Amino acid sequence: MAGEWAEAFDLGWREPRDAPDGEPQGDPSDRGERRRGRLKRLRDSLARSRSALGAELRSGLFETLDAATWERLEEALIMADVGAPTTADVVGRLEIEAESGAFSGAGATRARLVELLAEIAGSKPAKIDLRDSPSVLLMVGVNGTGKTTTTGKLAYRLQRELGLEVIVAAADTYRAAAVEQLQTWSERAGCQIIRAETGGDAGAVVFDAIAAAQSRAADVVLCDTAGRLHNRADLMKELEKVRNVARRRLPSAPHEVLITIDATTGQNGLRQAKLFAEAVDVSGVVLTKLDGTAKGGIALAIARELGIGVKLIGVGEGIEDLRPFEPREYAEALLGE
Amino acid sequence: MFDQLSERLQGTLAELRSRGKLSEADIDKAMREVRLALLEADVNFKVVKAFTADVKARAIGGGVLEALNPGQQVVKAVNQALTELMGGSGADLVISPRAPTVILMAGLQGSGKTTACGKLAKTLIADGKSVAMAACDTQRPAAVEQLQLLGQQVGATVYSQGTERDPVEIAEWALGQARAETQDVLIVDTAGRLHVDADLMAQLSEIKRRTKPHNVLLVVDAMTGQDAVNVAEQFAEAADFDAIVMTKLDGDARGGAALSIKAVTGKPIVYASVGEKLDALERFHPDRMAGRILGMGDVLSLIEKAEAEFDEADAEEMQRKMMTAQFTLEDFLKQLKQVRKMGSLSSILGMMPGMGKQIKEMQNQVDDRDLDRVEAIILSMTPAERFDPSIINGTRRRRIAAGSGTTIQAVKQLLTQFEQMRKMFKQLASGRQLDPRALMQSQVGRAGRGGGRPSGGGRARRRR
Repeated sequence: MAGEWAEAFDLGWREPRDAPDGEPQGDPSDRGERRRGRLKRLRDSLARSRSALGAELRSGLFETLDAATWERLEEALIMADVGAPTTADVVGRLEIEAESGAFSGAGATRARLVELLAEIAGSKPAKIDLRDSPSVLLMVGVNGTGKTTTTGKLAYRLQRELGLEVIVAAADTYRAAAVEQLQTWSERAGCQIIRAETGGDAGAVVFDAIAAAQSRAADVVLCDTAGRLHNRADLMKELEKVRNVARRRLPSAPHEVLITIDATTGQNGLRQAKLFAEAVDVSGVVLTKLDGTAKGGIALAIARELGIGVKLIGVGEGIEDLRPFEPREYAEALLGE
Repeated sequence: MFDQLSERLQGTLAELRSRGKLSEADIDKAMREVRLALLEADVNFKVVKAFTADVKARAIGGGVLEALNPGQQVVKAVNQALTELMGGSGADLVISPRAPTVILMAGLQGSGKTTACGKLAKTLIADGKSVAMAACDTQRPAAVEQLQLLGQQVGATVYSQGTERDPVEIAEWALGQARAETQDVLIVDTAGRLHVDADLMAQLSEIKRRTKPHNVLLVVDAMTGQDAVNVAEQFAEAADFDAIVMTKLDGDARGGAALSIKAVTGKPIVYASVGEKLDALERFHPDRMAGRILGMGDVLSLIEKAEAEFDEADAEEMQRKMMTAQFTLEDFLKQLKQVRKMGSLSSILGMMPGMGKQIKEMQNQVDDRDLDRVEAIILSMTPAERFDPSIINGTRRRRIAAGSGTTIQAVKQLLTQFEQMRKMFKQLASGRQLDPRALMQSQVGRAGRGGGRPSGGGRARRRR
């Protein structure tokens, strides 16, 4: 489910600088060791979320392939919030391939299923585009999905671990204490913060942050925006304006627009992604709160129907709990491995 | 994206209509559509299974097979079953004869508990009760401050002891305070917690044990998916909640999670939160929710949305004018602006039921830029012209067209359509039934089409 940080970003010409602390670029065997440790942690935190589907699939679901098998697989995927159309697509394809004899046996069927799911979930390009200097990232999403927390964790990652110069823009000028919350995160990350008073103009904050990044030759500008319901036309317009203001200062901005989707969200997540994408061209999903029992299957539907893949996942409240997305591992986790 | 259920069912059944009668297999086919609609609305898979079986039995028993309009009959059966399943029309808070009545709020992070506390306090205060709130969310930064702020806004006392003390002790202390101050109601706000977090769930049971609440309310986000049932079962185990408060219903989620929780736990939904403002908490209406889950349009919500934007006195005046055919272009402009405050035209049309296909087509046709042009044309008229369009002759038309950046043709079209609309209002006033299709076709919104960009006031709005 989680991949390697080294593969999460497209840094262009930039070499990662020596990080002040955090993970050194150790020898490969060492890295493998760390990776296994991290995966174990992830598995632990996802243990419950996988159990239901896992039990279903481990109990020899693919031993015999008949109508009941496909129905049970459908049920399992729908229970994971994958949604009816995407489920029908995946199961339908698997069924046709099985009948044509493309593979046989329980193991091969399962492997092909993982492959199909991973194919859908993967995003192209998978990497977060940080080639430009500064690269501007806009964080958007519905209220309570975890934008500010994700912004804070990402700032920490980029500044502390990759040694990039990060400026966060506290452009959530609506919710009380949102600025204070981001301030705390920026202190932990040791990065600059550009802020205004609550009720101030979000566009102005973003504009100032980009200007500051340009004059200080910073690498990345992370913009936290206010949460908004996607069906509020006025608020979506406002978000569009923030994006346009960023463009005015830097025509290539924003380089990434990441939407946070709460893993407990059901089929409405598709609407959220669609309307946000219409307003501000979303380039990737951050799937948050995967540490509960929810499986975040809606991410598959979003990737399949809108072509917007997951780039990062949130698996807890700790600073290490933001991870790059790895489609195959996600598919495995979804199926309980 | 969400196909309307009634439209889909009609499509499924239309081909069979010629045969005059439906077979059981046809009903099965219809049930597959119902199943999809329910799954799209995030109703739990197992609930859906049981539900469609129930509806099938109802439909066959109810003589759908012989009915002339089986599609509608099926929808009706589904709707009835849903409304019944959500039941709880009689559900209400338990008010203790001995004050204070204690209400404990619980739920996942980000579901909207603290805000719901404030809204509930406001509702109860409006009923003439004195209300106090206990700040037991010591986890989230600024949660205590948020509750204090809400308390100030609605006029409720807030008992808080910072974030260092144990929430269980704070709750117990607050109950003592509420008794001493003879408050009618004490609302206990708790921290959001994951249902898999054993420690926090134990803490919740302990708060419940010590405060003996008369009502334990589970706060559920309307956007929650299939996991809602897991969440509800875990919370039921730890705190055996009595009823559900559903939040963020002002979004466009269908809210199937609530139905699932109701079906699995049997607990009714008492309140629904429908907006950001503090008075946006209302009693739950199972019938409206049924329509919403099935995607049958939501007229009542549309009306409410309109009520929120329109000034009542204004609306009455407008209605009087319409009925007496004194409706001028100036009034029309005013109304147009108010309607547009509610959101884009297609989103408003999306809430209208019954016209299925036509609405779909309309949604593709209407473009908010057309309305920009209409506004521009009217804004380019003199007050006298707006009051009495009949004085608009060729010269005036040319001036208006030039002033609004449209064409003479577009101006003419708008005036013709406005005249039609006035006639229609007259019909309405005389009590004759309106044909919704005629209303749609005469929509003034399409006047400016092909007329170039408006220059009125330099407002160059662009969508998409």
